[in-house]
Amino acid sequence: MSVADGTVERLTRASLWWQPHRIGLVAIAIGLVLLAATTMRWDWIPNYTDLALKGIWTTIWMLVVTSVLGFLLAIPIGLVQVTGPRWLSYPALWFCTVIRGTPLLLQLWLLYYGLGSLFPQFPWIRESFLWPYLRQAWPYAVLSLTLSYAAYEGEVMRGAFAGVARGQLEAARAFGMSRWTRFRRIWLPQAVYNALPTLAGETSRRSP
Amino acid sequence: LLQVGTLELLAPYPPGWGGNLLRGLVNSIYIAIGAYALGIAIGTAGAYGKLYGGPILRDLLEVYTTIVRGVPELILILLLYYAGGDLINRVLVGLGYSPVDINGLIAGIVVLGVVQGAYSTEVLRGAILAVPQGQIEAARAYGMPPLLLMRRITLPAMLPFAIPGLANLWLIATKDTALLAVVGSFSELTLETRQAAGATKAYFTFYVAAGALYLLLTLVSNIVIARVEIWARRGAPSVAGGD
Repeated sequence: MSVADGTVERLTRASLWWQPHRIGLVAIAIGLVLLAATTMRWDWIPNYTDLALKGIWTTIWMLVVTSVLGFLLAIPIGLVQVTGPRWLSYPALWFCTVIRGTPLLLQLWLLYYGLGSLFPQFPWIRESFLWPYLRQAWPYAVLSLTLSYAAYEGEVMRGAFAGVARGQLEAARAFGMSRWTRFRRIWLPQAVYNALPTLAGETSRRSP
Repeated sequence: LLQVGTLELLAPYPPGWGGNLLRGLVNSIYIAIGAYALGIAIGTAGAYGKLYGGPILRDLLEVYTTIVRGVPELILILLLYYAGGDLINRVLVGLGYSPVDINGLIAGIVVLGVVQGAYSTEVLRGAILAVPQGQIEAARAYGMPPLLLMRRITLPAMLPFAIPGLANLWLIATKDTALLAVVGSFSELTLETRQAAGATKAYFTFYVAAGALYLLLTLVSNIVIARVEIWARRGAPSVAGGD
């Protein structure tokens, strides 16, 4: 593949995209945007720029924090359902069922209003160092989004752990690896690798 | 504080709020069924448009599914409800009619149906593509007109491929009705719960009760879905490799 070939390929792809009807559609889209820009009111934008930027930043850090925490929780939740004893696997299964079977908005309100109305009744909570944080909204959002993510991911990780070929684990055992080493070197990496497309889709799906 | 009179609070008759919750649940189910049906109707048309439509239709459908699936459902609901309602009323006023008050139930069904439609389009498109091409060609060779072909061959043959995705969409539909509580004009389960909790200050009790109702709906749905899946797969060879 020479550079020239690549350029030609790119040019043909571009000319394939720019079919005649698409030029018309793009023109209509630009027209609609211009219509919206000229006929609608936009004078509020300067007043709300700071708020919008702050909101975008909140969305980003919350997405990152809850995804990471939720994934860390999802690993044990998925694992115990595949290999754990019953007193661990049944609660994990029920956790996934309950979280996945109820709306996220309801969970959010349950934690925010429910816990939020419960905590002030206990003096020792009000006197603890956590109280200034517990009076704000974000800890509840982080908690509920983390739990929700953990439940959905736990289900994905359960399938991923179960899907790792048995021969791989048996080979690792034949090498004399300890349980923890087997998990760390063989089971977890392959499970995560197989689950990666689903995990990516799941991450992009969460947004509130 | 929390436990005092939990049962009285949840009682189904007026001093208790249980009746309101059950009414909310019924409204939620109505909205979910309506939105799901509308979504499948849009999805079937959309899938056919994407597969067999002309270039302009295909591009427009691509824009529709990409936008709806790329924007959070909550934002879409707020956008379609407020901006859509405003648009309808402006058009009505422009045509010389008086503005209307949009019915909450219908607005909820339409808003969620448009969202569901985008997801069903993709599910059904994939399912139709999974039907062996030879079956469709054989039907064409018999001289079947397109609608008959769709009714007799494509739709029944694609159903087993579509059921898992469609079942998932139903579960999403039941839970997405909760998002309508943010708009606050449909008395579905989450909004009823919020009002009951706000009036009695027994937040925990009511949110847990509503969660149990949603969970019940999901579990019952799962049982029905399992039956439907067996029915849709009747006559098909078993996929399980002796598990």
